Amino acid sequence: MSVDPLATATAPQQGGPSVALRGLSHWYGSGAMERQVLQGIDLEIHPGEVVLLTGPSGCGKTTLLTLVGALRQVQEGSVRVLGQELLDSNRRQRQRLRRQIGMIFQGHNLLGFLSAEQNVQMGSDLLPDLGYRARRDQAREWLRAVGLGDHLGKLPHDLSGGQKQRVAIARALASHPRLLLADEPTAALDSRSGREVVELLRGLAREQGCAVLMVTHDPRILDVADRLVRMEDGCLQEQEDMRPLVNATA
Amino acid sequence: MQPLAALASLWSSRRIPMSWLLLTRQPARLAVALAGISFAGILMFMQFGFRDGLFDASVTIHKLFDADLVLLSPRSSSSVSMAGFPRRRLVQTLADPDVAGITPVHWSLLLWRNPQTRATRSLLTLGFEPDDPLFTDPSLAAKSQVLTQRGRVLFDELSRPEFGPVAEWFRQGRQVESEISGKRVRVAGLVALGTSFGADGNLLTSSETYLSLLPDTPPGSIEVGLIRLRPGSDVAAVQRRLQAALPQDVRVYTKQGFINFEMNYWRDSTSIGFIFTLGAAMGFIVGCVIVYQILYSDVSDHLPEYATLMAMGYRLSTLLGVVAREGFFLAILGYLPAYAAGEGLYVLVRNATNLPVGMDTARAVLVFALILVMCMGSAALAMRRLADADPAEIF
Ligand SMILES: Nc1ncnc2c1ncn2[C@@H]1O[C@H](COP(=O)(O)OP(=O)(O)OP(=O)(O)O)[C@@H](O)[C@H]1O
Ligand SMILES: [Mg+2]
Repeated sequence: MSVDPLATATAPQQGGPSVALRGLSHWYGSGAMERQVLQGIDLEIHPGEVVLLTGPSGCGKTTLLTLVGALRQVQEGSVRVLGQELLDSNRRQRQRLRRQIGMIFQGHNLLGFLSAEQNVQMGSDLLPDLGYRARRDQAREWLRAVGLGDHLGKLPHDLSGGQKQRVAIARALASHPRLLLADEPTAALDSRSGREVVELLRGLAREQGCAVLMVTHDPRILDVADRLVRMEDGCLQEQEDMRPLVNATA
Repeated sequence: MQPLAALASLWSSRRIPMSWLLLTRQPARLAVALAGISFAGILMFMQFGFRDGLFDASVTIHKLFDADLVLLSPRSSSSVSMAGFPRRRLVQTLADPDVAGITPVHWSLLLWRNPQTRATRSLLTLGFEPDDPLFTDPSLAAKSQVLTQRGRVLFDELSRPEFGPVAEWFRQGRQVESEISGKRVRVAGLVALGTSFGADGNLLTSSETYLSLLPDTPPGSIEVGLIRLRPGSDVAAVQRRLQAALPQDVRVYTKQGFINFEMNYWRDSTSIGFIFTLGAAMGFIVGCVIVYQILYSDVSDHLPEYATLMAMGYRLSTLLGVVAREGFFLAILGYLPAYAAGEGLYVLVRNATNLPVGMDTARAVLVFALILVMCMGSAALAMRRLADADPAEIF
């Protein structure tokens, strides 16, 4: 799992950064209830880069993630994700773009009526031009990669929290995303399995040359980042480059 | 090989059968839904079956007559209220070159005394000349010869049991005698005709005996005139010709017209059709409510999961398809037990009532179509809930 971060960072970049935000602002509510939660955010994430976003509760991290993930209409500013401008995008464009973005949620958000394998296949089912068997084999492959090769047929209900989150990672990666968004993926896990899950996530994402934007409060996992971004009251405060640190520990 | 290859590629491009898994991995919910749909289906089968059976049963006798055209009095409104007309009119039709033969028939409901319990009950009595053909069934010709003796009757062995164990006694070789309208008659044979809506039993006798049972019948008056045409005649043309030639005190029907005349009476002059259609409609509505409730709560319970799928990039139409397919599977799975139960109940009804109630393709298709509409309509309504699945809310 020891991948040289610089090698992937310099991997061929198709058309520049994976994510480029320019002056992104966002408001909730309207009229007297209107509240600005994001204030002119600029941010770039490059392919293969792992960026961690931290900040106090309510500062707008999840909002930022939903905007980058094409889950919400952009109100002001430029949001280019995987080369596509999301300002003034329509539902269909956003839905299509989401197929190339893997998402991992705080709760695992697995489909309770599908087995682990079927859940992951819901991810690989998004791949075009691939037969059922091929997609199923890929799903099994991913579950083995996250160390759940023995739990293919189990329903989420029969898995532990850490296992569920690993299934969610396998599902997110199964559609070969070029960008991975994660919102506090370790929140429901104890520190050891949290650490494992995040390292697994980083390793697999790097193998895929996939950019990662992860929101976390967990100070124990900050060192997996290439870059640390802090947010305060809807503004990005500082950007710390962690790469020397990661290299030093590697 | 082209279609085979297309089929193979279709098969390999299949996805996880979400609808099926949603249904089968929630067996309790599925069971409730299927119980509701089957209940609705059974109710519809029963109501439509009774309705059609009753209409059909109202013409059991009518279908048996050996006639191309039938004369009735315009004052007759149905088999239970037949009015007389002059027998002369029937004889007049013989003047038409296409008319091959006629049979005058007396027709009324008379009180029969059960020879065992002495209770009386009305049954349909037909009087005719034993030498004339009456029914298309050729076996009657030989049997009817016994009627030439006065006071003899042929009893319908398919009559309801309330008329007494007549057929049983007769077969045992006993002499079965009873009273009709207070006059003594002897059963001289058995026929198999079948009950109808207006008559629980049937009796055949000669005109002579009939008139002795009903001495008040005006002379030369009959209730039904059967007319047989030469082979190859244009039935509709002869009908028009006869109707034009005869005075207004008779009406000329084709045999099918005669059957329809009777069915229309029960359909239009009674609430039977309305009542049974209403019953079926109740079943339909109850089914709709149950399926809608089930599908709506199913979508609601899985809203976060649907939102997750949207966040993963699945199209809304794919998710709508999941709900639609759930509706479709429910329709199929709910229909099968309803059909099986319908068949079974029809047998029970037939045995208990002698009503000719049976499964027919048209009704089987109609009930399936209604169940399909019920399930797909409910699914379409439940889909509106999917609009509430917002992928932005799931982080
Ligand atoms: N759908 C919404 N409608 C109105 N206000 C909202 C909505 N979602 C979030 N907010 C508000 O916007 C602000 C930013 O919310 P957001 O969820 O982005 O914060 P966060 O940084 O993710 O917080 P946390 O660390 O607690 O998850 C908060 O004050 C929140 O109350
Ligand atoms: Mg948040």
